Amino acid sequence: MNAKTPKQMTPEVAISNISRRRLLQGFALSGLVLAVGVPGVLLAGDEPEKFGRDAMPHGWTDDPLVFVAIMADGTVKIVCHRAEMGQGVRTSLPMVVADELGADWAQVEIVQAPGDEPKYGNQNTDGSRSMRHFFMPMRNVGAAARMMLEAAAAAHWGVAVAEVKTGVHEVLHPQSGRSLGFGELAEAASKLEVPERDQLQLKTAEQFRYIGKGKTHLVDGLDMVSGKAIYGIDVTLPDMLHAVVARPPVLGGKVVDYDATEALKIPGVLKVVTIPGSPPPAYFNPLGGVAVIATNTWAALQGRKALKITWDHGEHASYNSPQFRAEMEQAARVKGGAVVRDEGDVYRALENAAQTFSAEYYLPHLSQAPMEPPVATARIVDGHCELWAPVQDPQAGRDLVARWLELDADKVTVNVTLLGGGFGRKSKPDYMVEAAWLSRSMDGQAVKVTWTREDDLHHSYFHTVSVERIEAGVDGDGKPVAWLHRTVAPTILSTFDDSALVKMPIELGMGVVNVPFAIDNVRIENPEAKALTRIGWFRSVSNVPHAFAIQSFVSEMAAKLDRDAKDYLLEVIGPPRQLNPAKLLDSWNYGESPEEYPIDTGRLRRVVETVADKASWGKSLPAGRGQGIAAHYSFVSYTAAVVEVEVDEDGELSIPRVDIAIDCGPAINPERIKSQLEGAVIMGISLAMLGEITFKDGAVEQNNFDGYQLSRMADAPAEIHVHIVPADDYDVPLGGVGEPGLPPIAPALCNAIFAATGQRIRALPIADQLEPA
Amino acid sequence: MPVLTINGEQRELQFAEDTPLLWALRDELAMTGTKFGCGMAMCGACTVHVDGQPTRSCVTPISAVAGKSVTTIEAIGEDAVGQQVQQAWNQLDVPQCGYCQSGQVMAATALLKSNPNPDDAAINAAMSGNICRCGTYNRIRDAIKLAAKAVQS
Repeated sequence: MNAKTPKQMTPEVAISNISRRRLLQGFALSGLVLAVGVPGVLLAGDEPEKFGRDAMPHGWTDDPLVFVAIMADGTVKIVCHRAEMGQGVRTSLPMVVADELGADWAQVEIVQAPGDEPKYGNQNTDGSRSMRHFFMPMRNVGAAARMMLEAAAAAHWGVAVAEVKTGVHEVLHPQSGRSLGFGELAEAASKLEVPERDQLQLKTAEQFRYIGKGKTHLVDGLDMVSGKAIYGIDVTLPDMLHAVVARPPVLGGKVVDYDATEALKIPGVLKVVTIPGSPPPAYFNPLGGVAVIATNTWAALQGRKALKITWDHGEHASYNSPQFRAEMEQAARVKGGAVVRDEGDVYRALENAAQTFSAEYYLPHLSQAPMEPPVATARIVDGHCELWAPVQDPQAGRDLVARWLELDADKVTVNVTLLGGGFGRKSKPDYMVEAAWLSRSMDGQAVKVTWTREDDLHHSYFHTVSVERIEAGVDGDGKPVAWLHRTVAPTILSTFDDSALVKMPIELGMGVVNVPFAIDNVRIENPEAKALTRIGWFRSVSNVPHAFAIQSFVSEMAAKLDRDAKDYLLEVIGPPRQLNPAKLLDSWNYGESPEEYPIDTGRLRRVVETVADKASWGKSLPAGRGQGIAAHYSFVSYTAAVVEVEVDEDGELSIPRVDIAIDCGPAINPERIKSQLEGAVIMGISLAMLGEITFKDGAVEQNNFDGYQLSRMADAPAEIHVHIVPADDYDVPLGGVGEPGLPPIAPALCNAIFAATGQRIRALPIADQLEPA
Repeated sequence: MPVLTINGEQRELQFAEDTPLLWALRDELAMTGTKFGCGMAMCGACTVHVDGQPTRSCVTPISAVAGKSVTTIEAIGEDAVGQQVQQAWNQLDVPQCGYCQSGQVMAATALLKSNPNPDDAAINAAMSGNICRCGTYNRIRDAIKLAAKAVQS
């Protein structure tokens, strides 16, 4: 998810409407034949309102000359312009191109694009958008290149184009039995016009060889298990120096003074320099601090340990988590705050209800904690800054470095490495600015700045902390008639506007304002909360607390009404219908068109029914075991999960089985969808069981994986079963995949604990809350 | 200066003797397959084999491995068991981001060398020192079993 505010982000460049024309320039590869780079052919901005990929900064392009190069030896090079962070995008997007092109996957090489949105279209890899936004452009790319090869072959043979067809990595003339390989055709094809978009002949689903099959192994899989894959932390340049930074422990803190005498005595330490802080808002700017530059990482770390720094902690030193929680709970207990949805008369309906329920849920701050911490390398040669970084949003990094170094953006090159995990942390490129700043302090010499795990946990852009309070009323039949949800959490907007106190539309649209329940009286209130640290997006973002509260609460109601949790969830969702998100006062809908992407309660019901069926919902279980269910709409996809737990006499929990179902529209690479959902299950269990970042006097209390614990192998469920609900066809709009799996896990887990033990968990993490039987 | 054998080759390291093996491998020898994750032996990303034993290189000073034989992820494929582990990982497409997988492969190889047919409890016990933030644990379990079968056949 992204919260770009116009004043701080790059203004969208005027979108050009360059006609498709013949061009021959390479995309900075040597020896390429068909490959040609142009500023992307972007959509003209005719429509008054744009959605989806059209609405993203720098839009999109489907120009084959930007994405495909075919070498004389037949090698097909395909550009991946999105960042690989475990979702498999370097496999899945090029696989789409290769399929439409007719390429043999074994002869495909992937080329990672540098950060250059004017050329490639939007590259900000978050919001579960890569396949959703680029499936069609990548199909067009492949189809256009294939048609150019066919035209070249037809011309070579002197036959009509209609007489030729593409086989696998070759073009055939069936009548004469002749064939020409892609490599043989590349040069001639490169001299032809790129077909117009409306002339493209796309494959039919029956013709797909890779799309929808899930049989394509990861392009980086073997490199990843042999130490050859290059992540940001692995970048090695000639004469490269290594730096670590002592950053202010409290957001907004400043260096009063420092003594580097002892640090400079450490062998290998070359220089100690300051990095300036920035006035609020935090944006993606570095936090400032004192950097130690050395010939190797260990020396830099020893040097940092030897620094004597006096900090002025500033006003955020008052941030203490228990007190903040109490303040948020107070705010959640009184009527008020921004009223963000109000249908019917909820207060009257509550008064008149046959029975009412209320509950309050708490979720602490979390840190993304990718296994590869933030890291970046920069050098400056002849006024040109070149960076290598594991970054989700390379264009944002490029623009920010340009601003800090007072260079034009075209004097900044961002090479995107593999990301050792991202989860939202690496869409904030503060660490890239540090590297560039330190390289400049060394007259342009290459400097790699490495964050330790302590740095990562202390200086994240944290998942917000939240209190969710829900009150509901039912009639005499147990049918819900009133739904009042007060949601309190510091907003991500505070990172861009430090006066922001209430949630912005993208946060409200993550499951709280657009709750798709069949209830007549609905009111959502959003009391204020002031952010006292940097708040940022974490996988699934506000869907995590919203789904936890809502899906726990529905199961709580079911239990109190003596109803089956699955049946009651379906009753609350109501009959299949298509809801306009705007009518639910969600103005955002993940950036997608409300007409193309209505909230379809039929699809939500179907994932619930699917997962319940697959998990044998309601099966008889021995004492101490129980099942819990939860469902959620996020990133324009639908997910539901059933978690089965066992809690022993000592209150020790184990998870025999998790089932999760997703309807994300067409499943382009089912194998990676499965892996993303398996990962979401583990991350959901991890945050529910263990995840918590707390602040004391403004500073994070957890230092490493002892304090901030993550689920390990022994905590993983014995079995995870992923069920992909098939789409009718490839015309169904695509939903997201990377994030939607996470929100239902924590509530399904806590609902299962309740079923097993009768104990209701309303505050995460579960940690040691489970009571012995 | 400590002299040790790394992937069968004798190397004399120039870095200070208290430098953890991890940083000597990465910064001095540019062998970057071994990963930094926590610096405190809590995540397993930095796992190498020292005289065959899985060892957290982030807390092992190079002075402590002088005269010993170190195997890293770069050479584990030359080992018959290591090769089967890599193949099983590829066959099941275990990695997501892949960053922790060097350490996972090293830990799994060490496990299979000491226990050729581990059950779930043995796998959980041997592998729980290795964190995977992407959550590939279930596939790792399956891949270890697949590799175990391949090694035995």
